[in-house]
Amino acid sequence: MKLRIINGRVIDPSQDLDAVIDVFIEDHKVVSIGEAPEGFDADEIIDAADRWVLPGLVDIAVALREPGYTQKGNIATEGRAAISGGVTTLVSPPDTKPIVDTPAVAALIQDKADQAGMANVFPIGALTKGLQGDQLSNMVALTDAGCVALSNHRRPMRNTLVLSRALEYAATHDLLVVFHPDESSLSEGGCAHEGMMSTVHGLAGIPETAETIALMRDLLLVEKTGVRAHFARLSCAKSVEMIADAQESGLPVTADVALHNLLLTDEVLNEFDGQFHVIPPLRSENDRLTLIEGIKRGAIRSICSDHQPHEKMAKVAPFAATEPGMANVEILLPLALQLMDEGDLSLTDVIKTLTCGPASCFGLEAGSLKPGSFADFILFDSTQTWVWDDSSRRSKGHNSAFDGVELTGRVTQTYVSGQCIYSFHG
Amino acid sequence: MMRSDPRALQLNEHGQLKHFLTLDGLNKTILTEILDRADSFLSMGEQSVKKVPLLRGKTVVNLFFENSTRTRTTFELAAKRLSADVINLNIETSATSKGESLLDTLQNLEAMQSDMFVVRHSDSGAAHFIAEHCTPNVAIINAGDGRHAHPTQAMLDMLTIRRHKGQFEGLKVAIVGDILHSRVARSQIHALTTLGVEEVRLVGPKTLVPSYFKDLGATICHDMSAGLDDVDVIVMLRLQKERMSGALLPSESEFYRLYGLTEEALSWAKPDAIVMHPGPINRGVEISSEVADGEKSVILNQVTNGIAVRMAVLSMAMSGQVQEQQGGLGVEA
Repeated sequence: MKLRIINGRVIDPSQDLDAVIDVFIEDHKVVSIGEAPEGFDADEIIDAADRWVLPGLVDIAVALREPGYTQKGNIATEGRAAISGGVTTLVSPPDTKPIVDTPAVAALIQDKADQAGMANVFPIGALTKGLQGDQLSNMVALTDAGCVALSNHRRPMRNTLVLSRALEYAATHDLLVVFHPDESSLSEGGCAHEGMMSTVHGLAGIPETAETIALMRDLLLVEKTGVRAHFARLSCAKSVEMIADAQESGLPVTADVALHNLLLTDEVLNEFDGQFHVIPPLRSENDRLTLIEGIKRGAIRSICSDHQPHEKMAKVAPFAATEPGMANVEILLPLALQLMDEGDLSLTDVIKTLTCGPASCFGLEAGSLKPGSFADFILFDSTQTWVWDDSSRRSKGHNSAFDGVELTGRVTQTYVSGQCIYSFHG
Repeated sequence: MMRSDPRALQLNEHGQLKHFLTLDGLNKTILTEILDRADSFLSMGEQSVKKVPLLRGKTVVNLFFENSTRTRTTFELAAKRLSADVINLNIETSATSKGESLLDTLQNLEAMQSDMFVVRHSDSGAAHFIAEHCTPNVAIINAGDGRHAHPTQAMLDMLTIRRHKGQFEGLKVAIVGDILHSRVARSQIHALTTLGVEEVRLVGPKTLVPSYFKDLGATICHDMSAGLDDVDVIVMLRLQKERMSGALLPSESEFYRLYGLTEEALSWAKPDAIVMHPGPINRGVEISSEVADGEKSVILNQVTNGIAVRMAVLSMAMSGQVQEQQGGLGVEA
């Protein structure tokens, strides 16, 4: 199958490309940009006039909820949601039931994803068995089974010695470890950013130091062990500085931020609305702006949805009693573009942190339209305005602070390996 | 995208109370109206027949997810003096799926055609949650939610201050103790600043008085003598024993030595200062017996005033509800 995409505005930060230019695809891969390869005779021509042609999005934080929590979502529903949002590659966390601490669970997730015919799915394996923080998992076996990294997710390790040994072992085999920096003794019981808003509203606070103390400890251990490390869901201004300093000193560390931490601050707590209950919490305006600055500087390479679908009732309770998390994977791109509208980030910054940026954090062959890459791409109507609500939602999750918001820009087609697997006809 | 601001949730379109959830956002006019109405109810307690028919035919449910004998009793008494039928329900919060159980409970109670819920709950924002999820014609009164608000307690404190000091302007008020965990203190700060006191001081160690409270317009003092210097009103807060095990304080004795209200500490305040406490008091922990039982103590007056304030709030919220249901015709409940 040979495809030729014509008339589209191709934006691919991995090759500093932003031009109306043709893309040529053959045997699931991009074979050329601009000039047709010699003898190329397209089986199908895709007219992308008035559309952006972008590499498929790479979202490194999509909870699929399967196995174990299918009342919240499953691989098919959340995969479909991801695809409709233009996400062609996703990384899923290990906190399923059973936990991704055996090759069988990792294989099950990938098999189900393949059956669903959705996005490319790469699970993260558990750093310790059962995420209990005690005994090291079979890390090499997990990565052999397709896990792209190892993490203890948001669960604490028994102590720093166990963590240190886990990192040494991972470093031995050059495995990537994902950290969610959190000193649990400081964050335990908290549900909101420790600041004026949590104080006024009587919500138990999570101080910045819960993140920064753990981050500093983790960075010291990364330095000691030499492990490749990715720091997930940074939320504090000081964390950005610490990551930037670590990178400048040559440590092999990358970082990401959840989109909602770039769009919202703890000011919204005024409403006691459980939809805003996320971990790490929405923080101050200074934190928000510094995280954006961290993207501009390149210290943070990835914006993710941190998609965590929940059933409706999980959010029908007083704020602290609600389950944390939002489910925004299907509106990731139009929401992220709001950062550009506000003048915070350039279009290139936004696309980069949704495509080649996250791919590079995890060493994934994705997020690019360079010749030789897999033909994972999307067509995007940047002018269409629409409202995302129950009528258009594909995720099983009903937990989003952006429900009912008017969005600008919509994914109209999603292709994986040159196959159109999602098409919107409005 | 967002729900309406819960502070606005408690007012009808004419700016009258239809729920009573928090003092944050309520203006001086409404607070003064509550105090004036409470004043008028106070004299009723001295009469042989202590009832008025303002809530006749209405059903008030005391919905207590957290224990509180004193607050529940005064609400019950207030509702009965307004001629309402009163039901008391003590409901333990379920360890699993609190939200579901709260909503289920609420829907069952609505089916009993209640007119008013007086709610106490251990989660901040619980009263707001119930106000948002219950049928529109039920008035919700917050009887304390988590660390967030205890607006009737704050208003009974305001009534006590006004009856002893005459006005709020020019007063200096010190609130002493565990501010961090106190819903009473949060509501008091709103009430005092709205009613125009000169200065609100929050007194205690940094572990119990975080700096963020400055943003509410209060002054923070970590030294008791500076905190009580020249104040007109001292509000002592109850200290929970778990503050020691939570490493917020070294011991009760050290807290008492530094922040306990003794005769000596009282001498730093104005000679005519009054001493308040929401109760129940810990003698020898936050206050000495001599001061608690002394002539400057108005602690028992607070309890009496509590019934009048709760009558005022119940009657005003019911009136606001009825007015809303009847399309703003101004019909009294």
